[in-house]
Amino acid sequence: MNNRKQLTENIIHGVFLILGLITVGCVLLITIYLLIAGIPAIGKIGLVDFLFGTKWTPTANDKMYGILPFILTSVYGTTGAIVIGVPIGFFTAVYLAKIASPKLKSIVGTAVSLLAGIPSVVYGLVGMLVLVPGIRKAFNLPDGASLFAAIIVLAVMILPSIINVSLTALEAVPPEYEDASLALGATPIETYFKVSVPAARSGIAAAVVLGVGRAIGEAMAVIMVSGNVVNMPSLFQSVRFLTTAVSSEMSYAVDGSLHQQALFSIALVLFLFIMLINATLNLLLKRGRK
Amino acid sequence: MNKKLIGIMLVAVLALATFTGCGSKSSVEGSVSTDGSTSMEKVIGALGESFMESNSKVSFTYNPTGSGSGITAVAEGRCDIGLSSRNLKDEEKQKGLTETVLAYDGIAIVVNPENKVEDLTVEQIASIFKGEVTNWKEVGGADAEIVLIGREAGSGTRDGFESITKTEDACKYRQELTSTGDVITTVAGNPNAIGYASLASVKETVKALKVGGITPSEDTIKDGSYTVQRPFVLVTKEGAELSAAAQAFYDFVLSKDARSIISEAGVVPAN
Repeated sequence: MNNRKQLTENIIHGVFLILGLITVGCVLLITIYLLIAGIPAIGKIGLVDFLFGTKWTPTANDKMYGILPFILTSVYGTTGAIVIGVPIGFFTAVYLAKIASPKLKSIVGTAVSLLAGIPSVVYGLVGMLVLVPGIRKAFNLPDGASLFAAIIVLAVMILPSIINVSLTALEAVPPEYEDASLALGATPIETYFKVSVPAARSGIAAAVVLGVGRAIGEAMAVIMVSGNVVNMPSLFQSVRFLTTAVSSEMSYAVDGSLHQQALFSIALVLFLFIMLINATLNLLLKRGRK
Repeated sequence: MNKKLIGIMLVAVLALATFTGCGSKSSVEGSVSTDGSTSMEKVIGALGESFMESNSKVSFTYNPTGSGSGITAVAEGRCDIGLSSRNLKDEEKQKGLTETVLAYDGIAIVVNPENKVEDLTVEQIASIFKGEVTNWKEVGGADAEIVLIGREAGSGTRDGFESITKTEDACKYRQELTSTGDVITTVAGNPNAIGYASLASVKETVKALKVGGITPSEDTIKDGSYTVQRPFVLVTKEGAELSAAAQAFYDFVLSKDARSIISEAGVVPAN
């Protein structure tokens, strides 16, 4: 009887182990594939020419494979989205966690979840039909598809992750901290910003990093509003991101060509960026737990 | 009558049945898979539908991946017929691929309906897209900067447009979009934009310009007077035999019966 119980335990243990390994296997498979597919082109183009070249002309007669414009655009675009998105998201989270009435909190919470559930192609479509013509008229430009339009769309898209993760962190602050501060005569606002927020800072930092990850990896929405021309980034110019560089040309690149391999190399660079962001996130969360 | 004789007769009857099977379309079974150009969606969809109507046992699939992917797919044997909206490159022909022109597609030069310009020459279009002419007033329009809307590198439409206007790698695009629909939407939303799209997908939200005084239409494309046009090509692998269903489909789309369907899809049949 005991033996049989042990056997069942072992079988279930094995099943769970296999299920867990599937995830690990996927990550490993993607990593190895990207490394194999991405490294040859970097070798052929040269690491410096690839990362710091400013010209991307894969179909021209004089072929150039420099991805600095993509890297800078992704960095600027993500930074811009963080600059706009983080203050809005952070203050919304403080308001929801500490000040808002439970009824209002549930309404705003639902709205935030809905925002998170909207597919990115819808963000792109609304951006293309409303935001891009709007920017053209507001700034009197010849065309509104620009880095600026992409930043606005990304800022809205990262709001849900920033709000939700900051909110969880703020709600996890022990009420004793706040009670003590209030008992000592601090006003509620003073308490929130001098006690609650510093206590939740690692969680809030994690929220920001998560937002960075979401913004840098987004392709569908930005491809529809950023214009996709390879330019060095400038706020009201048409630009191309790392993600959109891969997705807009992958289906047309001649199979086995250096062009296609270079697109894999771009994906590899993007992958390294995301790994770096994830590592930062893990570090922050670990520090938060201590 | 011995058993051997019966056997021979049976074989003969079966062989006859197989031959007659090839003759009549309705008895074809199997699947036809096509893969490639997104520009050909409308025409190949219509052809596939009508083929399945007369051959109910055949399943027809079309995978809109783009000309390059379609050519790769047929080279790797992942589909029966590849669809390309450009002629094959030499390196692709060297891989043992052959092309058959199905139809000709006119590429319309589209502007916003608010634009007063009606007619441009190919040279004017080329200098606009190369960035030599940057203001609409230089070609008879309003005093406003021209906004160039194009397609991504490698797109069949871009390849067609740039090779016809001889502006390869020289276009100073403001936007490079990844689908015909996006180009139309963007041009419809910007009074100073100019773009290109296959004539079949041009809607009332944009205005198709005359080129050298010729309005783009089926007649002007067929007689060659409208010069901004490109082929729609069926790509097959040399030496690799098509399945019975795929062969029947191939014969059908190139037959006289298919002409009206191709015309209805807005492109000009080649045969």
